[in-house]
Amino acid sequence: MISTPALQDLTMLSITNLHANVADKPILKGLSLSINAGEIHAIMGPNGAGKSTLGYTLAGRPGYDVTDGSVTFLGEDLLALAPHERAAAGLFLGFQYPVEIPGVSNVQFLRESLNAQRKLRGHDPLSGADFLKLARAQADAMGMDMDMLKRPVNVGFSGGEKKRNEMVQMGIIDPKLAILDETDSGLDIDALRVVGDGINRIMRKPDKAVLLITHYQRLLDYVQPDFVHVLAGGRIVRSGGPELALELEREGYKDLAA
Amino acid sequence: MTDTPIKDQAAHDAAARVADYEHGWSADIETDFAPKGLSEETVRFISAKKNEPDWMLDWRLKAFRMWQTMESPDWAKLNVPPIDYQDAYYYAAPKAKKTLESLDEVDPEILRVYEKLGIPIEEQKVLAGVEGARKVAVDAVFDSVSVATTFREELKKAGVIFLSISEAIREYPELVKKWLGRIVPMRDNYFATLNCAVFSDGTFVYIPEGVRCPMELSTYFRINAENTGQFERTLIIADKGSYVSYLEGCTAPMRDENQLHAAVVELVAMDDAEIKYSTVQNWYPGNSEGLGGIYNFVTKRALCQGNRSKVSWTQVETGSAITWKYPSCVLNGDDSVGEFYSVAVTNNYQQADTGTKMIHNGKRTRSTIVSKGITAGKSNGTYRGLVRVAAQADGVRNFTQCDSLLLGDQCGAHTVPYIEVKNPSAQIEHEATTSKISDDQLFYAMQRGLGQEEAVALIVNGFAKEVLQQLPMEFAVEAQKLLGISLEGSVG
Ligand SMILES: Nc1ncnc2c1ncn2[C@@H]1O[C@H](COP(=O)(O)OP(=O)(O)OP(=O)(O)O)[C@@H](O)[C@H]1O
Ligand SMILES: [Mg+2]
Repeated sequence: MISTPALQDLTMLSITNLHANVADKPILKGLSLSINAGEIHAIMGPNGAGKSTLGYTLAGRPGYDVTDGSVTFLGEDLLALAPHERAAAGLFLGFQYPVEIPGVSNVQFLRESLNAQRKLRGHDPLSGADFLKLARAQADAMGMDMDMLKRPVNVGFSGGEKKRNEMVQMGIIDPKLAILDETDSGLDIDALRVVGDGINRIMRKPDKAVLLITHYQRLLDYVQPDFVHVLAGGRIVRSGGPELALELEREGYKDLAA
Repeated sequence: MTDTPIKDQAAHDAAARVADYEHGWSADIETDFAPKGLSEETVRFISAKKNEPDWMLDWRLKAFRMWQTMESPDWAKLNVPPIDYQDAYYYAAPKAKKTLESLDEVDPEILRVYEKLGIPIEEQKVLAGVEGARKVAVDAVFDSVSVATTFREELKKAGVIFLSISEAIREYPELVKKWLGRIVPMRDNYFATLNCAVFSDGTFVYIPEGVRCPMELSTYFRINAENTGQFERTLIIADKGSYVSYLEGCTAPMRDENQLHAAVVELVAMDDAEIKYSTVQNWYPGNSEGLGGIYNFVTKRALCQGNRSKVSWTQVETGSAITWKYPSCVLNGDDSVGEFYSVAVTNNYQQADTGTKMIHNGKRTRSTIVSKGITAGKSNGTYRGLVRVAAQADGVRNFTQCDSLLLGDQCGAHTVPYIEVKNPSAQIEHEATTSKISDDQLFYAMQRGLGQEEAVALIVNGFAKEVLQQLPMEFAVEAQKLLGISLEGSVG
């Protein structure tokens, strides 16, 4: 694997005073957050606080309009990039609700996606054989049957299978920054461990970073965060170390709502 | 797009906004035209040009007189501007010095046209082609005439006759006489009758008893000349126990005026014979403002005459300003099978009214209809299909599935199924769905790295998969690309 020591301690993602509207409604209201390479950050917060909105906004989803603030990703103006350019720059979003694409196999979807990214980065496309080798290795590591990779994207997958599939995709795409939106919800106890191990294996590297959106401590038992933040009312209202998650689990958000 | 023959900048910009129509260029080729307009004289001119026997001329004249008494149909959900039949040429042929003995004598300019289109009309090109690529014999029809037919000798060894219909009329008059107009009668419809009068060229195929055609056969139609209608005629006869897979492709230059294409295709399958007929229709669709484009009024019909015979139509329709087309199967033989797999894409101001007719006359005949309509821009797509079961036809089964995918909210998708059942034992199933391409799907694909147009193409190809996988492999890849190209600019 490539390791880029120069990246270590480098700011990977820097969000400053981010304001974003969804359907003309302000959801993010002055959110600031900085993530260095090599770090894992967890974001927790009440339902409707804007966690998914943050993920979508960073990934460039149409309809999520930034009205103020700035975001740099690896020193570049992230907000100036189209969604697929952000992906090619190394940003991966694990969806809270992975989407079904009938008639398109996972293999085809991922191969085309990966090669589109490679093209934008100026690399040659992976051959069918090389891609299959990579896909098989990642599916194996995530305990997913190769047959599932040949099925249409997420169609008929159970909730947990969809989440596991997101992690197989992450393994194949091998991003720099992964924003994982409630990847733990819907997973059974064994799957939770497999997914946790997968996140560590793929992302816990000096030149990578993770933003984990979660409601529960259980995933954090496997993926130890360096920082925990509370998002409420569209901003980060509290930050701390891993102990903050435990505190929230005990006490809830009652004192934090903005 | 750099080589489109468009001088005026505004028109060029408009054209650039259309889905890139890759084949929009025209070639400068010396052309022989019939006098403009349509009269008995035109009909005689065409027949004379082709050195046709008297019976053929008489047949044409009969059709012409019949056509003069007929009216253009208006039952389709199409808005067809009046067509001035006197303002077009009915015959345009590249000027040839003499009859061609071999490909070497074909105008190099025409060879270049086909090369540019990626059509292998030189046999050695195919032979030297991609490893593992199957051979495809090609009949290349340029405006009104067939300019080259490849692999004839090799096919002849297998007993397969593959040549232009003009040649067939001269060389195999008995076969042609027996079947021409038997499957699509002269009086069938306005455009078919017109075709009978003025058809200029097309393809003739005969597969003898028990022969499995050793390669794919294909015809490639190109309209090049301006103001010219194309009226081709295809006749395929599959004798007992034979098999053939046939593909037709078509393109035309971008022109501001509309051009008429009114073809007739007749297929007949005897006992245990099978014909697989695939079409990738990519006539120029007009620009994003709805200017120009081909009017495509086509009559295609198959007669499953023999017991256990089978005909399968697969069509990918992306081109033409107007498409009016219902490839059908008349299932006369007991246990015969008809299939229709269709993807029809319309974008901008395109209109398509397309579907099929499955006429179940024989016992235990079966038919499958899978129609995938994709509409975008301000276009309209209609599926129109008839399933008819005759009183004597016991044990008939039909399955119909019609799915529509809408891109945007200014387009329309319509489904018009007609079911006429006179035998109570028939099992008829019909399923229909309409869906929109979802923002969720688009964003999901873009987040994984696909550009917007690539994402649309991927999702649309997934939607159309059941049909695309019916195509021969080489053409499936081509068709997939074409779907993407046709929908460029349709989202966002
Ligand atoms: N399209 C939309 N139109 C209007 N409001 C929206 C839209 N999308 C999201 N919202 C609102 O934005 C707010 C933030 O939603 P978001 O999905 O980001 O919350 P969340 O923190 O991820 O919640 P959860 O923990 O339940 O996943 C919610 O109040 C939601 O209703
Ligand atoms: Mg959420």
